Amino acid sequence: MDPFDSLIQLLDCNGSLVEDSHYHSTLDGPALLALYRDMVLVRQLDVQATALQRQGELSLWAPLLGQEAAQIGSGRALQAQDYAFTTYREHGVAWCRGVDPVEMLRFWRGTMHQSWDANLHRLYGYQVIIGAHALHATGYAMGAQYAGRVGTGEAGRDQAVVAYFGDGAMSEGDVNEAFVFATAYQAPVVFFCQNNQWAISEPTKRQSRVPLAQRADGFGLPGIRVDGNDVIAVHAVTVEALNRARSGQGPTLIEAVTYRMGAHTTSDDPTKYRDSADDELWRGRDPIERLRIYLRAEGVLNDDLESELAHEGVSLADRMRESCRELPDPHPLSIFDHVYAGADARIDEQRREVERILSDGQVS
Amino acid sequence: MAQLTIVQAVNQGLRRALESDSKVLLMGEDIGKLGGVFRATEGLQKDFGEDRVIDSPLAESGIVGTAIGLALYGYRPVIEIQFDGFVYPAFDQIVVQLARMRYRSAGALYLPITIRMPFGGGIGSVEHHGESPEAYFASTPGLRVVACADSTDAYWMIQQAVASDDPVIFLEPKRRYYQKGEVDISADLSTALPLHRAKVLVEGSECTIISYGPTVATALQAARLAAADGVKLEVIDLRSLSPLDMPTLIESVRKTGRAVVVHEASSSGGVGGEIGQCLMQSCFYNLKAPVLRVTGYDTPYPPSRIEDDYLPDADRILDAVEKSMSY
Ligand SMILES: Cc1ncc(C[n+]2csc(CCOP(=O)(O)OP(=O)(O)O)c2C)c(N)n1
Repeated sequence: MDPFDSLIQLLDCNGSLVEDSHYHSTLDGPALLALYRDMVLVRQLDVQATALQRQGELSLWAPLLGQEAAQIGSGRALQAQDYAFTTYREHGVAWCRGVDPVEMLRFWRGTMHQSWDANLHRLYGYQVIIGAHALHATGYAMGAQYAGRVGTGEAGRDQAVVAYFGDGAMSEGDVNEAFVFATAYQAPVVFFCQNNQWAISEPTKRQSRVPLAQRADGFGLPGIRVDGNDVIAVHAVTVEALNRARSGQGPTLIEAVTYRMGAHTTSDDPTKYRDSADDELWRGRDPIERLRIYLRAEGVLNDDLESELAHEGVSLADRMRESCRELPDPHPLSIFDHVYAGADARIDEQRREVERILSDGQVS
Repeated sequence: MAQLTIVQAVNQGLRRALESDSKVLLMGEDIGKLGGVFRATEGLQKDFGEDRVIDSPLAESGIVGTAIGLALYGYRPVIEIQFDGFVYPAFDQIVVQLARMRYRSAGALYLPITIRMPFGGGIGSVEHHGESPEAYFASTPGLRVVACADSTDAYWMIQQAVASDDPVIFLEPKRRYYQKGEVDISADLSTALPLHRAKVLVEGSECTIISYGPTVATALQAARLAAADGVKLEVIDLRSLSPLDMPTLIESVRKTGRAVVVHEASSSGGVGGEIGQCLMQSCFYNLKAPVLRVTGYDTPYPPSRIEDDYLPDADRILDAVEKSMSY
């Protein structure tokens, strides 16, 4: 079965609106244009970061290419008071949470383990350990419940939490335990699974014989399968799931069916394990192109706006290139910072040793 | 003789293990078509089939737990954990289940499982790709823990580990994966140095440097630098972290009277401390200086731009040697 069959869809691959009996988009022309802009710019960000890795400026990069609609559609559904936990691939979500692309690069350049201020952006740092953060998101959501920030009906007060992960992560114990905890407490958490068809070289069918969203049934939470390359549908289903969470109706699992158009990371070579015919098929389902067609047909997007956006993309790429090279290396002594809340005798002694090594190095 | 990199030697060793025992199975994430992210299993699924080189779902506890079941059935599973930093979801299955089966069943059951794992830093990667978790395993009764540092050992030790009737944690020095060496692949397994023996790589008289895995090359470099200054260091590749080959270490330290242990893992609670203690107990009157350690610091592994400041290098080893000599 083509994973693309029987999905919630509001905009088809040809850029035409589709009726759905339950979901209706509330987005007007300017709002859709804003989503289009986001998607174009994060793709630019992604292409530029991939190039920086090739030039030796980054040690690694995990491309989001092809997953723009899933990330932007859901990321823009979040409200300021919400909180998100992501993997290493959600640059588009970080973008929506106001993280500067140059800040994102710090992790990939190896200057910091956490790229941005998690408290400021209400976004936890890139998580590399598959699935671990699904539990953190659930616990955070339980915190919102205990703090009385769920179901008050007061605008801007009720909180929801989103955990992003991939199809591969659905196999990890932590993710399954997160479903158990979330349903046990009806925690205000949305599990947003981007099924991009691959976990490095393993196809989704290695993880599951049934559509991933169907797993939700057994845990007792709603499971929704949406066309992850349809930004309008992704936005609509995420808005609803977040509303459910904030109003105290509990967790939701969203499976956004999409495709990893690029390599797993810049270290990966997908030609070893997948067929380029699939790449072709999914190019026809590109998330950006279909919205472009629709917006142009509606007269919302025109040549002028497109060239303006192209310029914006170029200056973003220029800024990333220049600023990446200038990202400061951490001081060697920072190895010893933040291991514990207070002073520690062992750490202090080792810090002094490195201090001595560094000053010897300067003398010679 | 064949010229093989360490990772190619692991690959050839696994191939031979699959050929010589039909009960041997390989399991892990991305080990089939892709051949593993480091290509350690390249070509093996093609040649031995999907039932012997098994691509697993993304779940480390699941991999180790099902390997235990397969071993109870009579198979000899060889697991690949993709990176050191991803072994922890399987910690319960390894430390509580795998390590204790023989003991709990009073010898009725045993688990001949090998867990392969690239370990150590120095590859300039992101978080969780540069860990040295060996102390957790070396301090767990019931597990055997070994580390190869050259192509010959990679080739023979992996086969010996697979043949072992005890569970073996097999550590591969990922930043040395592409280091080449001559391997006599036609020799017989029974002629290889036993799995739990240390190997004296360079003979010397003034101080013994004991290391394993990726820092063996660093220790050799330090020995070359010292030799240029007329200081003769003895270099030992430990190979086995649990059990320790104390007779080899004792013989060396009785001769030199000094020892420096080098590893990337943090010093507190590490293998170096155990070695130091055992040497103190066995050669107290031969020691001219306390056993010293050159290790990673007692912090989490740092971001890659400063990993060189964290990892032991030849200068730090020579500093320790000098300190030892000045006692
Ligand atoms: C616990 C753990 N095991 C293994 C890995 C190695 N690894 C990194 S990404 C990945 C595949 C993840 O696939 P998926 O969850 O589908 O997300 P995607 O990368 O496709 O976005 C694997 C196996 C890891 N990072 N963490």
